[in-house]
Amino acid sequence: MNKKTLLALTTALGGLALPALAEDITIMSWGGSYAAAENEAYYKPFTAESGIGVVSVDADNPATPVKAQVDAGNVTTDVALFLLSDAVRLCDEGQLMPIDASLLPDGVDGTPAEEDFLEGTLSECMIPNDIYATAVAFDASQYAEGEAPSSIADFFDTEKFPGKRGVLKSPKVVLEMALMADGVPASEVYDVLDTDEGVDRAFAKLESIKDDAIYWEAGAQPPQLLADGEVVMTMSYNGRIFNAAVNEGKPFEVLWDGQVYEWEGYVIPEGAPNAEAAMDYIKYATSSEQSASFSERISYGTPRKSAAPLVGNVHGTDIPMAPNLPTYPDNMTNALASSAEFWVDRETELGERFNAWLLAN
Amino acid sequence: MSDVASQLTTADGRPLKAALASAQARAKRRAFFLVLPLLLFILISFAVPIGQMLQRSVYNDQFSKSVPALTEWFAENPKGTAPDEAAFAALASDLVLMKETRAAGDAGTRINYVVSGTRSMFTKAARGADKLEPPYMAAMLELDEDWDDPLVWNAMRSAASPWTFDFYTIAFDLERDADGKLTKVDENQRIYFRLFIKTFLIAGVITAICLVLAFPIAHLLATLPMAKANLLMILVLLPFWTSLLVRTTSWIVLLQGQGVINDIFVALGILGDDGRLQMIYNQTGTIIAMVHILLPFMVLPLYSVMRVIPVSYTRAARSLGATSWTTFRRIYLPQTIPGIGAGVLLVFILAVGYYITPALVGGADGQLFSNMVQFHMTKANWSMAAALATMLLVGVLVLYWLYDRLIGIDKLKLG
Repeated sequence: MNKKTLLALTTALGGLALPALAEDITIMSWGGSYAAAENEAYYKPFTAESGIGVVSVDADNPATPVKAQVDAGNVTTDVALFLLSDAVRLCDEGQLMPIDASLLPDGVDGTPAEEDFLEGTLSECMIPNDIYATAVAFDASQYAEGEAPSSIADFFDTEKFPGKRGVLKSPKVVLEMALMADGVPASEVYDVLDTDEGVDRAFAKLESIKDDAIYWEAGAQPPQLLADGEVVMTMSYNGRIFNAAVNEGKPFEVLWDGQVYEWEGYVIPEGAPNAEAAMDYIKYATSSEQSASFSERISYGTPRKSAAPLVGNVHGTDIPMAPNLPTYPDNMTNALASSAEFWVDRETELGERFNAWLLAN
Repeated sequence: MSDVASQLTTADGRPLKAALASAQARAKRRAFFLVLPLLLFILISFAVPIGQMLQRSVYNDQFSKSVPALTEWFAENPKGTAPDEAAFAALASDLVLMKETRAAGDAGTRINYVVSGTRSMFTKAARGADKLEPPYMAAMLELDEDWDDPLVWNAMRSAASPWTFDFYTIAFDLERDADGKLTKVDENQRIYFRLFIKTFLIAGVITAICLVLAFPIAHLLATLPMAKANLLMILVLLPFWTSLLVRTTSWIVLLQGQGVINDIFVALGILGDDGRLQMIYNQTGTIIAMVHILLPFMVLPLYSVMRVIPVSYTRAARSLGATSWTTFRRIYLPQTIPGIGAGVLLVFILAVGYYITPALVGGADGQLFSNMVQFHMTKANWSMAAALATMLLVGVLVLYWLYDRLIGIDKLKLG
């Protein structure tokens, strides 16, 4: 075979490969306002720039269908948005591809990607996309100036603040908040919770609001409970309270003291049909500019330090977004990073105990 | 006779019997092809998944597939042998394998189901597995002092075989102690079996309330003139056609502390403003909302049975001197049994498996067994979810069998 035919052949092959490159990638995410923000901040500009189309698929929790796909050996998802705990678990189980964070673009200020992400948020198989928090929220119109609850301890103080409270029906976050309210500093929460006495202590604290608790499971419930006056304060995902306050004009406020924050991000399932294009997408979406653009559309913090100053006003308004984010410095004074490591070990056991405790009402 | 039959032939000389058989075979095949899609559909969407679920509840190879060396050691050493250096050497070599195949998390998760807090022991040990040096026992204990815990070794021995009853052990609130004996778990961990019993009780209460409410409605529907009955029927069916979530949230609006019903009571002065009733986010709320949702499933079979009960029977009974109570008890009620049976069975089976309504309005004490199935599904512990689901299935089948013995399934009339 002479050089010319080789050239012709490779050109032909290259021509064949091109349409394959331009194939669509399938991204599985949470749906709702989350996917809407992704669509505006990532999908549309990514397709415009790379020519790779994005097929958006919604799931209740993408980890469940992705695990099913990998188990069945029939993976149709290229990129999925996972909670950290799910990503750690499925990564350990070999169901996700490891992602080399050094391949990601540098921050807008030139910081290498690995240093640009908030400490501890990068993990073997997941690149963080946003940081969200579970925090206590209350109706500010119900309290006189200066008399509103101001610390996580107030949530558990039914004498000073009588009335029903909305409590997340899950041991995760709730036990941590109970310990923080009981005076455990955020840095020691998991050391305490790792002992039997610590677990007893958390449940004892919970016991003190048992008669005043209304439990919720779906994220839409807490703002509704507040709006109906069913509860005087409630644990809630910060984004839901932000939506009610900014988009619906409700007088809700988030009490950032004792917030428990977690992060979620992008993973590539093992056996993804377009892994290369999936990686291109992740590189694009987790860049500083795109990450900041995402944070303007939904009140979840950006995990990139260099992106934080880029976050401007709430998209389409003149309300600054930054103070509404869990990562805003003033909101981080007493904040706890949820430990995925702890919960993959103890979730089943503490879940059983929590449910047994609920049942023993 | 058979000789005659074999001698008969068709016009083209074939024996009549064979010709008839082949002609009918074609018709039979055609009929079979007509039902084939349904058969396949039932097989694929019903029989296979249920079979897989049953299998998953007793089969889990998360651990066993990654531990060839340990499996060998377990086979050579009987139950109760304390782990020696050879055992730890086997463990170490399996951990190296786990590191290569990235299976440590998976394997650790399987042991973690039985002994909480052990998953990270596996992932940590596997991370540095290729640097482990003999003596392995000391090296492993250096990593984590729990490595010689007999509970961990018992759990590993059990999990080294993919076939297991571990998940049923957990589902019955039992655990194995250090000697391998079954004991009850701590009081504050007992959840599944207790909730299982409670779920059947609540489903029973809901069924009973539905029956009491539906019986008069169905009777009214069956005896009213057609035009009025149709109007009433629409009132029964309208909620039936409305989305489940819409109906559940409507109950929240009605029943909650600051809701419509409490507001009315307070406005009428029946309740003080601080004495508002807690009717939702608890067991009461679950029962009210589920009775409403399941009521049509009781009304419809009752109605279809009552409609065809001839009025002349009750008239005859009355004319022969029976009181209205005797007429109802001896004549009318026995004839409605097929409808009652169908309704009770339908409502009960649906109620036992209910998930979303208790999740939304159940609060702390209104959750049902399916909520636990969902809990384990979201935690990707499918074996446990399968074991719990199988318990529900068996519970329902037992009741079905009882029903068949007591009333007879052939008396069931669904419409």
